[in-house]
Amino acid sequence: MGQVGAFIESISPYAWASTGIGLCIGLSVVGAAWGIFITGTSILGGGVKAPRIRTKNLLSIVFCEVVAIYGVITSIILSSKISHLDNDALHSGNNYFTGFAIFWSGVLVGMCNLVCGISVGINGSSAALADAADPSLFVKILIIEIFSSVLGLFGLIIGLLLSGQAGDFEGIS
Amino acid sequence: MEGMFYNITGGYVEGIVRGYRNTLLTSQNYGNLTQCETIDDVKLQLGPAYGDFLASLPPNPSTSSLADKTLDKLVAEFRYVQANATGSLSKFMDYLTYAYMIDNVALLITGTLHERDTRELLERCHPLGWFETMPVLCVATNIEELYNSVLIETPLAPYFKGSLSHQDLDELNIEIVRNTLYKNYLEDFHRFVNEEPGIKGTPTQEVMSEALEFEADRRSINITLNSFGTELTKQDRRKLYPNFGRLHPEGTLMLSRAEDAEGVRIAVDGVSDYRDMMDRTGMSGGGGGIGNQSGGMGGDTEGKSLEDLFYAREMQIAKMSFTFQFTHAIVYAWVKLREQEVRNITWIAECIAQNQKDRIGNYISVF
Repeated sequence: MGQVGAFIESISPYAWASTGIGLCIGLSVVGAAWGIFITGTSILGGGVKAPRIRTKNLLSIVFCEVVAIYGVITSIILSSKISHLDNDALHSGNNYFTGFAIFWSGVLVGMCNLVCGISVGINGSSAALADAADPSLFVKILIIEIFSSVLGLFGLIIGLLLSGQAGDFEGIS
Repeated sequence: MEGMFYNITGGYVEGIVRGYRNTLLTSQNYGNLTQCETIDDVKLQLGPAYGDFLASLPPNPSTSSLADKTLDKLVAEFRYVQANATGSLSKFMDYLTYAYMIDNVALLITGTLHERDTRELLERCHPLGWFETMPVLCVATNIEELYNSVLIETPLAPYFKGSLSHQDLDELNIEIVRNTLYKNYLEDFHRFVNEEPGIKGTPTQEVMSEALEFEADRRSINITLNSFGTELTKQDRRKLYPNFGRLHPEGTLMLSRAEDAEGVRIAVDGVSDYRDMMDRTGMSGGGGGIGNQSGGMGGDTEGKSLEDLFYAREMQIAKMSFTFQFTHAIVYAWVKLREQEVRNITWIAECIAQNQKDRIGNYISVF
Protein backbone atom coordinates (compact mmCIF):
# COMPACT_ATOMS: atom_id res chain seq x y z
CA MET A 1 0.00 0.00 0.00
CA GLY A 2 2.83 2.32 0.69
CA GLN A 3 3.86 2.11 -2.92
CA VAL A 4 0.41 3.18 -4.08
CA GLY A 5 0.51 6.14 -1.72
CA ALA A 6 3.94 7.10 -2.94
CA PHE A 7 2.78 6.82 -6.54
CA ILE A 8 -0.20 9.07 -5.93
CA GLU A 9 1.98 11.59 -4.16
CA SER A 10 4.44 11.58 -7.03
CA ILE A 11 1.74 12.79 -9.38
CA SER A 12 1.74 16.57 -9.67
CA PRO A 13 -1.32 18.29 -8.13
CA TYR A 14 -1.62 20.13 -11.44
CA ALA A 15 -2.23 16.78 -13.15
CA TRP A 16 -5.00 15.97 -10.68
CA ALA A 17 -6.61 19.37 -11.07
CA SER A 18 -6.43 19.50 -14.86
CA THR A 19 -7.73 15.94 -15.28
CA GLY A 20 -10.63 16.79 -12.96
CA ILE A 21 -11.56 19.87 -14.93
CA GLY A 22 -11.29 17.98 -18.19
CA LEU A 23 -13.52 15.16 -16.97
CA CYS A 24 -16.00 17.66 -15.58
CA ILE A 25 -16.63 19.48 -18.85
CA GLY A 26 -16.07 16.39 -20.99
CA LEU A 27 -18.53 14.09 -19.25
CA SER A 28 -21.09 16.91 -18.97
CA VAL A 29 -20.95 17.54 -22.69
CA VAL A 30 -21.22 13.82 -23.44
CA GLY A 31 -24.32 13.69 -21.23
CA ALA A 32 -25.88 16.71 -22.87
CA ALA A 33 -25.11 15.50 -26.36
CA TRP A 34 -26.46 12.05 -25.59
CA GLY A 35 -29.70 13.52 -24.26
CA ILE A 36 -30.08 15.80 -27.25
CA PHE A 37 -29.76 13.05 -29.80
CA ILE A 38 -32.21 10.82 -27.96
CA THR A 39 -34.73 13.64 -27.73
CA GLY A 40 -33.92 15.17 -31.08
CA THR A 41 -34.54 12.08 -33.18
CA SER A 42 -37.90 11.56 -31.51
CA ILE A 43 -38.91 15.18 -32.04
CA LEU A 44 -37.94 14.91 -35.70
CA GLY A 45 -39.88 11.71 -36.19
CA GLY A 46 -42.89 12.80 -34.17
CA GLY A 47 -42.88 16.22 -35.81
CA VAL A 48 -43.50 14.79 -39.27
CA LYS A 49 -47.13 13.97 -38.54
CA ALA A 50 -47.65 16.52 -35.74
CA PRO A 51 -45.64 19.66 -36.58
CA ARG A 52 -47.09 21.52 -33.58
CA ILE A 53 -44.77 19.61 -31.20
CA ARG A 54 -41.56 21.04 -32.58
CA THR A 55 -41.51 24.39 -30.77
CA LYS A 56 -42.83 23.19 -27.44
CA ASN A 57 -40.40 20.29 -27.31
CA LEU A 58 -37.39 22.50 -27.80
CA LEU A 59 -37.77 22.84 -24.04
CA SER A 60 -36.51 19.26 -23.69
CA ILE A 61 -33.47 20.15 -25.75
CA VAL A 62 -32.88 23.17 -23.50
CA PHE A 63 -33.05 20.91 -20.44
CA CYS A 64 -30.33 18.75 -21.96
CA GLU A 65 -28.27 21.78 -22.85
CA VAL A 66 -28.51 23.05 -19.26
CA VAL A 67 -26.62 19.94 -18.20
CA ALA A 68 -23.65 21.03 -20.29
CA ILE A 69 -23.90 24.52 -18.81
CA TYR A 70 -23.63 23.06 -15.29
CA GLY A 71 -20.39 21.46 -16.43
CA VAL A 72 -19.10 24.71 -17.88
CA ILE A 73 -19.90 26.65 -14.71
CA THR A 74 -18.17 24.11 -12.48
CA SER A 75 -15.15 23.92 -14.79
CA ILE A 76 -14.73 27.69 -14.77
CA ILE A 77 -14.90 27.83 -10.99
CA LEU A 78 -12.47 24.93 -10.64
CA SER A 79 -10.00 26.31 -13.15
CA SER A 80 -9.90 29.68 -11.38
CA LYS A 81 -8.06 27.94 -8.52
CA ILE A 82 -5.09 27.08 -10.70
CA SER A 83 -2.13 29.40 -10.85
CA HIS A 84 1.49 28.76 -11.76
CA LEU A 85 3.96 27.74 -9.00
CA ASP A 86 7.57 26.58 -9.04
CA ASN A 87 8.15 22.87 -8.55
CA ASP A 88 9.51 23.20 -5.00
CA ALA A 89 6.58 25.26 -3.75
CA LEU A 90 4.00 22.98 -5.39
CA HIS A 91 4.37 19.87 -3.21
CA SER A 92 2.74 21.13 -0.06
CA GLY A 93 -0.16 19.63 1.88
CA ASN A 94 -2.48 22.44 0.93
CA ASN A 95 -1.75 22.07 -2.75
CA TYR A 96 -2.28 18.30 -2.65
CA PHE A 97 -5.64 18.89 -1.02
CA THR A 98 -6.59 21.43 -3.70
CA GLY A 99 -5.52 19.04 -6.47
CA PHE A 100 -7.52 16.11 -5.08
CA ALA A 101 -10.57 18.27 -4.33
CA ILE A 102 -10.64 19.65 -7.86
CA PHE A 103 -10.17 16.17 -9.35
CA TRP A 104 -13.00 14.59 -7.43
CA SER A 105 -15.30 17.60 -7.85
CA GLY A 106 -14.78 17.28 -11.56
CA VAL A 107 -15.49 13.53 -11.58
CA LEU A 108 -18.54 14.04 -9.36
CA VAL A 109 -20.08 16.79 -11.49
CA GLY A 110 -19.17 15.06 -14.74
CA MET A 111 -20.73 11.71 -13.81
CA CYS A 112 -23.85 13.37 -12.36
CA ASN A 113 -24.30 15.34 -15.53
CA LEU A 114 -23.70 12.36 -17.79
CA VAL A 115 -26.42 10.33 -16.10
CA CYS A 116 -28.70 13.35 -15.81
CA GLY A 117 -28.31 14.11 -19.51
CA ILE A 118 -29.31 10.57 -20.52
CA SER A 119 -32.23 10.64 -18.11
CA VAL A 120 -33.53 13.96 -19.42
CA GLY A 121 -33.00 12.76 -22.97
CA ILE A 122 -35.09 9.62 -22.56
CA ASN A 123 -37.79 11.61 -20.75
CA GLY A 124 -37.72 14.24 -23.46
CA SER A 125 -38.07 11.61 -26.14
CA SER A 126 -41.13 10.17 -24.42
CA ALA A 127 -42.49 13.68 -23.91
CA ALA A 128 -42.23 14.45 -27.61
CA LEU A 129 -43.98 11.24 -28.66
CA ALA A 130 -46.64 11.62 -25.98
CA ASP A 131 -47.25 15.23 -26.97
CA ALA A 132 -47.67 14.17 -30.58
CA ALA A 133 -50.30 11.63 -29.53
CA ASP A 134 -52.14 13.76 -26.96
CA PRO A 135 -51.25 17.42 -26.31
CA SER A 136 -52.65 17.34 -22.76
CA LEU A 137 -49.88 14.95 -21.70
CA PHE A 138 -47.06 17.38 -22.42
CA VAL A 139 -47.19 19.33 -19.16
CA LYS A 140 -47.49 16.16 -17.08
CA ILE A 141 -44.43 14.57 -18.60
CA LEU A 142 -42.57 17.86 -18.43
CA ILE A 143 -42.86 17.77 -14.64
CA ILE A 144 -41.17 14.38 -14.58
CA GLU A 145 -38.54 15.73 -16.92
CA ILE A 146 -37.85 18.58 -14.50
CA PHE A 147 -37.21 16.03 -11.77
CA SER A 148 -34.59 14.39 -14.00
CA SER A 149 -33.08 17.73 -14.76
CA VAL A 150 -32.71 18.55 -11.05
CA LEU A 151 -30.42 15.53 -10.61
CA GLY A 152 -27.68 17.42 -12.41
CA LEU A 153 -28.18 20.38 -10.15
CA PHE A 154 -27.47 18.15 -7.12
CA GLY A 155 -24.12 17.26 -8.66
CA LEU A 156 -23.33 20.91 -9.30
CA ILE A 157 -24.11 21.91 -5.69
CA ILE A 158 -22.04 19.15 -4.09
CA GLY A 159 -19.21 19.72 -6.54
CA LEU A 160 -19.08 23.39 -5.63
CA LEU A 161 -19.21 22.61 -1.90
CA LEU A 162 -16.39 20.09 -2.19
CA SER A 163 -14.10 22.34 -4.20
CA GLY A 164 -15.08 25.33 -2.05
CA GLN A 165 -13.21 23.73 0.85
CA ALA A 166 -9.97 23.94 -1.10
CA GLY A 167 -7.99 27.13 -1.48
CA ASP A 168 -6.09 28.27 -4.56
CA PHE A 169 -2.72 26.78 -5.40
CA GLU A 170 -0.22 28.86 -3.41
CA GLY A 171 3.43 28.83 -2.43
CA ILE A 172 4.62 28.58 1.20
CA SER A 173 4.54 32.07 2.59
CA MET B 1 -30.57 0.20 -21.58
CA GLU B 2 -32.40 0.27 -24.90
CA GLY B 3 -33.36 3.89 -24.19
CA MET B 4 -29.71 4.91 -24.38
CA PHE B 5 -28.96 3.43 -27.78
CA TYR B 6 -32.19 2.73 -29.65
CA ASN B 7 -32.64 6.24 -30.99
CA ILE B 8 -29.29 6.16 -32.76
CA THR B 9 -30.84 4.04 -35.48
CA GLY B 10 -34.54 3.90 -34.73
CA GLY B 11 -35.60 7.19 -33.16
CA TYR B 12 -36.79 8.90 -36.31
CA VAL B 13 -38.62 5.85 -37.62
CA GLU B 14 -40.32 5.31 -34.28
CA GLY B 15 -41.57 8.90 -34.27
CA ILE B 16 -42.93 8.52 -37.80
CA VAL B 17 -44.67 5.23 -37.08
CA ARG B 18 -46.25 6.66 -33.95
CA GLY B 19 -47.44 9.56 -36.08
CA TYR B 20 -49.06 7.10 -38.48
CA ARG B 21 -50.68 5.30 -35.60
CA ASN B 22 -52.20 8.56 -34.37
CA THR B 23 -53.96 9.02 -37.71
CA LEU B 24 -55.72 5.64 -37.51
CA LEU B 25 -59.49 5.83 -37.54
CA THR B 26 -61.13 6.03 -34.12
CA SER B 27 -64.43 4.56 -33.03
CA GLN B 28 -65.99 7.95 -33.66
CA ASN B 29 -64.80 7.87 -37.28
CA TYR B 30 -66.25 4.39 -37.65
CA GLY B 31 -69.49 5.63 -36.13
CA ASN B 32 -69.67 8.29 -38.85
CA LEU B 33 -68.79 5.76 -41.54
CA THR B 34 -71.62 3.44 -40.56
CA GLN B 35 -74.07 6.34 -40.98
CA CYS B 36 -73.13 6.69 -44.66
CA GLU B 37 -75.73 5.94 -47.32
CA THR B 38 -73.48 5.56 -50.37
CA ILE B 39 -69.86 4.70 -51.15
CA ASP B 40 -69.35 8.36 -52.08
CA ASP B 41 -70.25 9.32 -48.52
CA VAL B 42 -67.73 6.77 -47.25
CA LYS B 43 -65.12 8.29 -49.53
CA LEU B 44 -65.96 11.74 -48.20
CA GLN B 45 -65.72 10.58 -44.58
CA LEU B 46 -62.33 9.00 -45.27
CA GLY B 47 -61.11 12.24 -46.84
CA PRO B 48 -59.19 13.62 -43.84
CA ALA B 49 -57.39 10.33 -43.19
CA TYR B 50 -56.69 9.19 -46.74
CA GLY B 51 -56.72 12.44 -48.71
CA ASP B 52 -54.83 12.17 -51.97
CA PHE B 53 -55.04 8.43 -52.22
CA LEU B 54 -58.80 8.51 -52.74
CA ALA B 55 -58.76 11.56 -55.02
CA SER B 56 -58.23 9.55 -58.20
CA LEU B 57 -61.26 7.33 -57.56
CA PRO B 58 -64.23 7.83 -59.89
CA PRO B 59 -67.59 8.81 -58.37
CA ASN B 60 -69.29 5.86 -56.68
CA PRO B 61 -66.26 3.56 -56.86
CA SER B 62 -66.48 -0.17 -56.35
CA THR B 63 -65.62 -1.41 -52.89
CA SER B 64 -62.61 -3.31 -54.21
CA SER B 65 -61.06 -0.23 -55.78
CA LEU B 66 -61.71 1.67 -52.55
CA ALA B 67 -59.97 -1.11 -50.62
CA ASP B 68 -57.06 -1.08 -53.09
CA LYS B 69 -56.56 2.64 -52.60
CA THR B 70 -56.64 2.37 -48.82
CA LEU B 71 -54.10 -0.43 -49.08
CA ASP B 72 -51.97 1.74 -51.36
CA LYS B 73 -51.60 4.24 -48.55
CA LEU B 74 -50.34 1.55 -46.20
CA VAL B 75 -47.87 0.38 -48.84
CA ALA B 76 -46.62 3.90 -49.54
CA GLU B 77 -46.07 4.55 -45.84
CA PHE B 78 -44.47 1.15 -45.31
CA ARG B 79 -42.04 1.76 -48.17
CA TYR B 80 -41.14 5.15 -46.73
CA VAL B 81 -40.44 3.68 -43.31
CA GLN B 82 -38.52 0.83 -44.89
CA ALA B 83 -36.36 3.30 -46.80
CA ASN B 84 -35.48 5.01 -43.53
CA ALA B 85 -34.83 1.83 -41.58
CA THR B 86 -31.30 0.69 -40.89
CA GLY B 87 -29.61 -2.16 -39.07
CA SER B 88 -31.79 -4.69 -37.30
CA LEU B 89 -34.93 -2.63 -38.01
CA SER B 90 -34.33 -2.98 -41.73
CA LYS B 91 -34.03 -6.75 -41.37
CA PHE B 92 -37.08 -6.76 -39.13
CA MET B 93 -39.14 -5.02 -41.80
CA ASP B 94 -37.89 -7.49 -44.39
CA TYR B 95 -39.28 -10.23 -42.20
CA LEU B 96 -42.65 -8.45 -42.16
CA THR B 97 -42.79 -8.57 -45.96
CA TYR B 98 -41.97 -12.29 -46.12
CA ALA B 99 -45.47 -13.18 -44.92
CA TYR B 100 -46.96 -11.44 -47.96
CA MET B 101 -44.34 -12.95 -50.24
CA ILE B 102 -45.48 -16.40 -49.17
CA ASP B 103 -49.01 -15.56 -50.24
CA ASN B 104 -47.76 -14.20 -53.55
CA VAL B 105 -45.56 -17.19 -54.27
CA ALA B 106 -48.44 -19.52 -53.39
CA LEU B 107 -50.62 -17.59 -55.83
CA LEU B 108 -48.03 -17.91 -58.58
CA ILE B 109 -47.61 -21.62 -57.89
CA THR B 110 -51.37 -22.10 -58.22
CA GLY B 111 -51.28 -20.17 -61.48
CA THR B 112 -48.46 -22.28 -62.86
CA LEU B 113 -50.13 -25.52 -61.78
CA HIS B 114 -53.25 -24.55 -63.68
CA GLU B 115 -51.12 -23.32 -66.59
CA ARG B 116 -52.51 -19.85 -66.47
CA ASP B 117 -50.63 -16.81 -67.70
CA THR B 118 -48.92 -15.85 -64.48
CA ARG B 119 -48.23 -12.33 -65.68
CA GLU B 120 -51.88 -11.53 -65.10
CA LEU B 121 -51.53 -12.83 -61.58
CA LEU B 122 -48.79 -10.34 -60.78
CA GLU B 123 -51.38 -7.60 -60.52
CA ARG B 124 -53.31 -9.58 -57.97
CA CYS B 125 -50.28 -10.08 -55.73
CA HIS B 126 -50.13 -8.23 -52.44
CA PRO B 127 -47.97 -5.13 -53.00
CA LEU B 128 -46.18 -5.52 -49.65
CA GLY B 129 -44.99 -8.94 -50.75
CA TRP B 130 -43.53 -7.65 -53.99
CA PHE B 131 -39.89 -8.47 -54.60
CA GLU B 132 -37.74 -7.47 -57.51
CA THR B 133 -37.29 -10.91 -58.95
CA MET B 134 -40.98 -11.78 -58.84
CA PRO B 135 -41.52 -11.25 -62.60
CA VAL B 136 -38.82 -13.86 -63.14
CA LEU B 137 -41.08 -16.46 -61.54
CA CYS B 138 -43.57 -15.89 -64.32
CA VAL B 139 -41.13 -17.07 -66.92
CA ALA B 140 -41.41 -20.59 -65.55
CA THR B 141 -43.78 -22.70 -67.60
CA ASN B 142 -43.78 -25.84 -65.50
CA ILE B 143 -43.61 -26.49 -61.81
CA GLU B 144 -40.03 -27.75 -61.74
CA GLU B 145 -38.69 -24.59 -63.36
CA LEU B 146 -40.75 -22.52 -60.96
CA TYR B 147 -39.41 -24.47 -58.03
CA ASN B 148 -35.83 -23.93 -59.15
CA SER B 149 -36.32 -20.23 -59.67
CA VAL B 150 -38.10 -19.89 -56.31
CA LEU B 151 -35.13 -21.47 -54.61
CA ILE B 152 -32.65 -19.21 -56.31
CA GLU B 153 -34.47 -15.95 -56.79
CA THR B 154 -36.58 -15.28 -53.73
CA PRO B 155 -35.81 -14.49 -50.12
CA LEU B 156 -38.09 -17.41 -49.27
CA ALA B 157 -35.58 -20.01 -50.42
CA PRO B 158 -34.65 -21.10 -46.86
CA TYR B 159 -38.30 -21.86 -46.17
CA PHE B 160 -38.57 -24.16 -49.16
CA LYS B 161 -35.26 -25.84 -48.58
CA GLY B 162 -35.50 -29.07 -46.65
CA SER B 163 -39.29 -28.95 -46.28
CA LEU B 164 -40.67 -28.98 -49.78
CA SER B 165 -39.33 -30.55 -52.96
CA HIS B 166 -40.67 -29.83 -56.41
CA GLN B 167 -42.68 -33.06 -56.31
CA ASP B 168 -44.53 -31.71 -53.31
CA LEU B 169 -45.77 -28.79 -55.34
CA ASP B 170 -47.40 -31.22 -57.72
CA GLU B 171 -49.06 -33.53 -55.28
CA LEU B 172 -49.93 -31.41 -52.32
CA ASN B 173 -52.78 -29.13 -51.87
CA ILE B 174 -51.55 -25.55 -52.26
CA GLU B 175 -52.82 -24.69 -48.79
CA ILE B 176 -50.41 -27.22 -47.31
CA VAL B 177 -47.52 -25.65 -49.21
CA ARG B 178 -48.57 -22.25 -47.99
CA ASN B 179 -48.91 -23.41 -44.41
CA THR B 180 -45.58 -25.23 -44.46
CA LEU B 181 -43.88 -22.10 -45.73
CA TYR B 182 -45.66 -20.01 -43.14
CA LYS B 183 -44.65 -22.36 -40.35
CA ASN B 184 -41.01 -22.14 -41.43
CA TYR B 185 -41.34 -18.38 -41.73
CA LEU B 186 -42.85 -17.97 -38.27
CA GLU B 187 -40.18 -20.15 -36.70
CA ASP B 188 -37.46 -18.18 -38.47
CA PHE B 189 -38.99 -14.86 -37.42
CA HIS B 190 -39.30 -16.10 -33.83
CA ARG B 191 -35.67 -17.18 -33.89
CA PHE B 192 -34.74 -13.78 -35.33
CA VAL B 193 -36.41 -11.72 -32.59
CA ASN B 194 -34.95 -13.98 -29.90
CA GLU B 195 -31.40 -14.29 -31.19
CA GLU B 196 -30.54 -11.23 -33.29
CA PRO B 197 -27.89 -9.30 -31.32
CA GLY B 198 -29.57 -5.92 -31.82
CA ILE B 199 -32.93 -7.23 -30.60
CA LYS B 200 -32.16 -9.81 -27.96
CA GLY B 201 -32.88 -8.58 -24.45
CA THR B 202 -34.85 -5.52 -25.59
CA PRO B 203 -38.61 -4.89 -25.38
CA THR B 204 -38.72 -5.91 -29.04
CA GLN B 205 -37.97 -9.48 -28.04
CA GLU B 206 -40.61 -9.39 -25.34
CA VAL B 207 -43.41 -7.88 -27.41
CA MET B 208 -42.67 -9.69 -30.64
CA SER B 209 -42.41 -13.06 -28.91
CA GLU B 210 -45.90 -12.60 -27.55
CA ALA B 211 -47.26 -11.49 -30.92
CA LEU B 212 -45.60 -14.32 -32.82
CA GLU B 213 -46.62 -16.92 -30.27
CA PHE B 214 -50.19 -15.79 -30.65
CA GLU B 215 -49.83 -15.93 -34.43
CA ALA B 216 -48.44 -19.47 -34.19
CA ASP B 217 -51.25 -20.63 -31.91
CA ARG B 218 -53.85 -19.03 -34.12
CA ARG B 219 -52.50 -20.85 -37.14
CA SER B 220 -52.35 -24.16 -35.30
CA ILE B 221 -55.96 -23.84 -34.20
CA ASN B 222 -57.16 -22.69 -37.62
CA ILE B 223 -55.33 -25.47 -39.42
CA THR B 224 -56.87 -28.02 -37.11
CA LEU B 225 -60.40 -26.65 -37.45
CA ASN B 226 -60.14 -26.34 -41.22
CA SER B 227 -58.74 -29.84 -41.61
CA PHE B 228 -61.82 -31.61 -40.26
CA GLY B 229 -63.56 -33.41 -43.06
CA THR B 230 -60.59 -33.18 -45.42
CA GLU B 231 -58.06 -35.78 -46.50
CA LEU B 232 -55.27 -34.29 -44.41
CA THR B 233 -53.88 -37.00 -42.15
CA LYS B 234 -53.05 -36.30 -38.53
CA GLN B 235 -49.32 -36.78 -39.08
CA ASP B 236 -49.31 -34.30 -41.95
CA ARG B 237 -51.37 -31.90 -39.93
CA ARG B 238 -48.93 -32.04 -37.07
CA LYS B 239 -46.09 -31.08 -39.39
CA LEU B 240 -47.83 -27.78 -40.10
CA TYR B 241 -47.88 -26.59 -36.49
CA PRO B 242 -45.12 -24.08 -35.67
CA ASN B 243 -42.70 -25.40 -33.07
CA PHE B 244 -43.23 -22.62 -30.52
CA GLY B 245 -46.09 -20.70 -28.98
CA ARG B 246 -48.17 -20.95 -25.85
CA LEU B 247 -49.80 -24.15 -27.00
CA HIS B 248 -46.47 -25.79 -27.77
CA PRO B 249 -45.74 -28.60 -27.02
CA GLU B 250 -48.65 -30.13 -25.06
CA GLY B 251 -51.39 -28.13 -26.75
CA THR B 252 -50.16 -28.81 -30.27
CA LEU B 253 -49.80 -32.51 -29.47
CA MET B 254 -53.40 -32.60 -28.33
CA LEU B 255 -54.45 -30.53 -31.33
CA SER B 256 -52.82 -33.05 -33.62
CA ARG B 257 -55.00 -35.75 -32.08
CA ALA B 258 -58.21 -33.71 -32.11
CA GLU B 259 -61.01 -35.17 -34.17
CA ASP B 260 -63.63 -32.46 -33.83
CA ALA B 261 -64.20 -28.96 -32.42
CA GLU B 262 -64.63 -30.44 -28.96
CA GLY B 263 -61.15 -31.95 -29.22
CA VAL B 264 -59.75 -28.53 -30.12
CA ARG B 265 -61.48 -27.02 -27.14
CA ILE B 266 -59.88 -29.58 -24.83
CA ALA B 267 -56.48 -29.00 -26.45
CA VAL B 268 -56.53 -25.27 -25.79
CA ASP B 269 -57.94 -25.69 -22.30
CA GLY B 270 -54.56 -24.94 -20.72
CA VAL B 271 -54.46 -21.39 -22.08
CA SER B 272 -57.26 -19.36 -20.58
CA ASP B 273 -57.34 -16.75 -23.38
CA TYR B 274 -58.08 -19.32 -26.05
CA ARG B 275 -60.45 -21.22 -23.79
CA ASP B 276 -62.49 -18.05 -23.31
CA MET B 277 -62.58 -17.49 -27.06
CA MET B 278 -63.80 -21.00 -27.69
CA ASP B 279 -66.45 -20.60 -25.03
CA ARG B 280 -67.64 -17.31 -26.45
CA THR B 281 -68.08 -18.71 -29.94
CA GLY B 282 -70.00 -21.67 -28.60
CA MET B 283 -67.47 -23.98 -30.22
CA SER B 284 -67.83 -26.49 -27.46
CA GLY B 285 -71.40 -27.07 -28.55
CA GLY B 286 -70.04 -27.94 -31.96
CA GLY B 287 -72.10 -25.26 -33.68
CA GLY B 288 -70.31 -22.01 -34.42
CA GLY B 289 -68.75 -21.24 -37.77
CA ILE B 290 -65.14 -20.46 -38.39
CA GLY B 291 -64.55 -17.45 -40.56
CA ASN B 292 -62.80 -18.05 -43.83
CA GLN B 293 -59.09 -17.42 -43.66
CA SER B 294 -58.80 -14.78 -46.32
CA GLY B 295 -61.95 -12.73 -46.10
CA GLY B 296 -61.81 -12.08 -42.43
CA MET B 297 -65.23 -11.07 -41.34
CA GLY B 298 -67.29 -14.10 -40.57
CA GLY B 299 -70.91 -13.18 -40.46
CA ASP B 300 -72.56 -15.33 -37.82
CA THR B 301 -75.83 -13.85 -36.85
CA GLU B 302 -75.74 -15.19 -33.30
CA GLY B 303 -72.37 -13.72 -32.36
CA LYS B 304 -68.77 -13.28 -33.27
CA SER B 305 -66.89 -16.00 -35.08
CA LEU B 306 -63.64 -17.41 -33.76
CA GLU B 307 -61.84 -15.59 -36.55
CA ASP B 308 -63.26 -12.28 -35.35
CA LEU B 309 -62.15 -13.00 -31.80
CA PHE B 310 -58.66 -13.83 -33.04
CA TYR B 311 -58.56 -10.56 -34.93
CA ALA B 312 -59.76 -8.71 -31.85
CA ARG B 313 -57.06 -10.35 -29.77
CA GLU B 314 -54.43 -9.52 -32.38
CA MET B 315 -55.54 -5.90 -32.30
CA GLN B 316 -55.33 -5.94 -28.51
CA ILE B 317 -51.71 -7.13 -28.71
CA ALA B 318 -50.94 -4.52 -31.36
CA LYS B 319 -52.51 -1.77 -29.29
CA MET B 320 -50.56 -2.76 -26.19
CA SER B 321 -47.29 -2.75 -28.18
CA PHE B 322 -47.57 1.01 -28.32
CA THR B 323 -47.17 1.21 -24.56
CA PHE B 324 -43.52 0.25 -25.13
CA GLN B 325 -41.00 2.73 -26.37
CA PHE B 326 -37.69 2.06 -28.13
CA THR B 327 -38.86 -1.08 -29.90
CA HIS B 328 -39.28 -2.36 -33.45
CA ALA B 329 -42.50 -4.07 -32.43
CA ILE B 330 -44.54 -0.91 -33.04
CA VAL B 331 -43.84 -1.20 -36.76
CA TYR B 332 -45.34 -4.69 -36.73
CA ALA B 333 -48.25 -3.46 -34.61
CA TRP B 334 -48.89 -0.51 -36.89
CA VAL B 335 -48.98 -2.69 -40.02
CA LYS B 336 -51.45 -5.04 -38.31
CA LEU B 337 -53.62 -2.14 -37.16
CA ARG B 338 -53.66 -0.63 -40.62
CA GLU B 339 -54.55 -3.96 -42.19
CA GLN B 340 -57.45 -4.26 -39.80
CA GLU B 341 -58.50 -0.73 -40.71
CA VAL B 342 -58.51 -1.65 -44.40
CA ARG B 343 -60.59 -4.73 -43.56
CA ASN B 344 -62.99 -2.59 -41.54
CA ILE B 345 -63.42 -0.05 -44.33
CA THR B 346 -63.97 -2.84 -46.84
CA TRP B 347 -66.54 -4.47 -44.58
CA ILE B 348 -68.43 -1.23 -44.02
CA ALA B 349 -68.31 -0.35 -47.71
CA GLU B 350 -69.53 -3.84 -48.68
CA CYS B 351 -72.37 -3.62 -46.20
CA ILE B 352 -73.44 -0.28 -47.64
CA ALA B 353 -73.07 -1.44 -51.24
CA GLN B 354 -75.10 -4.59 -50.62
CA ASN B 355 -77.66 -2.92 -48.36
CA GLN B 356 -76.87 -5.19 -45.42
CA LYS B 357 -76.97 -2.45 -42.83
CA ASP B 358 -77.92 -4.75 -39.98
CA ARG B 359 -74.46 -6.36 -40.07
CA ILE B 360 -72.50 -3.15 -40.51
CA GLY B 361 -71.47 -3.09 -36.85
CA ASN B 362 -69.28 -6.16 -37.26
CA TYR B 363 -66.05 -4.23 -37.68
CA ILE B 364 -63.30 -4.20 -35.04
CA SER B 365 -62.60 -0.72 -33.76
CA VAL B 366 -59.38 -0.46 -31.78
CA PHE B 367 -59.03 3.15 -30.69
